[in-house]
Amino acid sequence: MALDTGVTTWLMVSAILVMLMTPGVGFFYGGLVRKKNFISMIALSFVVLALVSVHWILIGYSLAFGQDIGGVIGNLDFVGLNGVSADAGSGAYPPLVFMVFQLFFAAVTVTIVTSAVAERIRFSSFIVFVLVWLTLVYCPLAHWAWGGGWASKLGLIDFAGGTVVEICSGFGALALALVIKNRAGFGEYALEPHNIPMALLGAALLWFGWFGFNAGSALAVNSVAVNAFVTTNTAAAAGALAWMFAGWYHGKPSSLGMVSGAIAGMVAITPAAGFVTPLVSLLIGGVAGVLCYGMMLVRVRKKCDESLDAWAIHGMGGLWGTVATGIFAVAAIGGISGLAEGNAWQFAVNTVCAVAALIFSFVMTYCIAFVIDRTLGMRVTEDEEYVGLDICQHGERA
Amino acid sequence: MKMVKAVIKPERFEFVKKALEDKGFIGMTISEVKGRGEQKGIALQYRGGVMIVDLLPKIQLEIVIRDSDVDTIVVTITEAARTGKIGDGKIFILPVEKSIRIRTGEMES
Repeated sequence: MALDTGVTTWLMVSAILVMLMTPGVGFFYGGLVRKKNFISMIALSFVVLALVSVHWILIGYSLAFGQDIGGVIGNLDFVGLNGVSADAGSGAYPPLVFMVFQLFFAAVTVTIVTSAVAERIRFSSFIVFVLVWLTLVYCPLAHWAWGGGWASKLGLIDFAGGTVVEICSGFGALALALVIKNRAGFGEYALEPHNIPMALLGAALLWFGWFGFNAGSALAVNSVAVNAFVTTNTAAAAGALAWMFAGWYHGKPSSLGMVSGAIAGMVAITPAAGFVTPLVSLLIGGVAGVLCYGMMLVRVRKKCDESLDAWAIHGMGGLWGTVATGIFAVAAIGGISGLAEGNAWQFAVNTVCAVAALIFSFVMTYCIAFVIDRTLGMRVTEDEEYVGLDICQHGERA
Repeated sequence: MKMVKAVIKPERFEFVKKALEDKGFIGMTISEVKGRGEQKGIALQYRGGVMIVDLLPKIQLEIVIRDSDVDTIVVTITEAARTGKIGDGKIFILPVEKSIRIRTGEMES
């Protein structure tokens, strides 16, 4: 088979869609912080995009998708994109397209983690953190699930990154928040979002980009891709409505609740998109909306300043989605049965892999953050925190 | 009648508001302002050089009270706004000639 123009085109378009999610997260988070840290939040997303783009072609892609070493990590065959051809050869699309598609997954994952360090991170230490974290946390996890590592050999089904992207970033963010500690004034007075329309715009970019994220992960233009496209939108809608009503029950139907729910729904459908029916995606998204809303309340009650809820939404939503994939996978859609069709093994594998990813991400991130905090210092000084990161880290005002 | 004008750190505002409320001072007008004292803001040291942020964000409260309340309010604001570090702000007390309630035209002096 020679290069398939349809598939290659769709992968390039999907890559562009996923690329937009990284600044999308930046704008979403940027609207949620106080005005004095607005630029800082968006700047973090752009520096991640740039850092990952370089890291990925130099070493990241090889570590994640190189020849398997012991089920744990890829080898260094593809360092500097050596041997990653722009020619499709016998495949439907060139490996180089797959490489760049995956690059943007890594970028958006790291950007989600910035939730934990909002309004207090020292920019220079953050750069070091990103490079180390990519190498030691993201690349191994991507290899386990997608690069031929132990989880994929065991039979984990993770369509577009329930473990690799969502659990990894969510629980990583929780660990990071515990190391960097709460913002000054957290729990004493309100640290309110300064620009909700900006956050809504960021969420719109995420919803838009998620079609490439999930439907592109079919790596083909076929029934699985179309199914993933529809389940993604359905789960987003169900999540938005579920969170909105849950929030309404406690007060008002906030716009921020709606988009947070949509994101929670898309997070949960990410591992399942190409394996479950659109009707089931309604359930997966709806449960995610309520679950993540509840987890956010738990987080606030525990006085943990994982500031912008990457843990509640991406961590817990991803955990639920990965487990749900093991339950609701339908052979007629993605060729694999879940618990509901009598395949208890798939449920067990998905649960075990989700928990493994959770522990790995949490422990590794904690260690990395701890070492960086003790050597370089993760936080800005108290004075700088009061003045805001825009001025003290970037010399700019929003 | 006096006007108490206090320029304080934004992060202390909620505490000051609460303390004033506890003492029965409910009404106030606040504005977000920028300002500096004798230290001319703060200097932030970086490898690339020094960056001066010479106007820092502050909150300005304006409260009009009876003459007899001046001492209480000064103590209340001072205690709630103090961090002990440079930049805690200042309190000014000004005489007020008259105040008129717009809804009723009621005048006080």
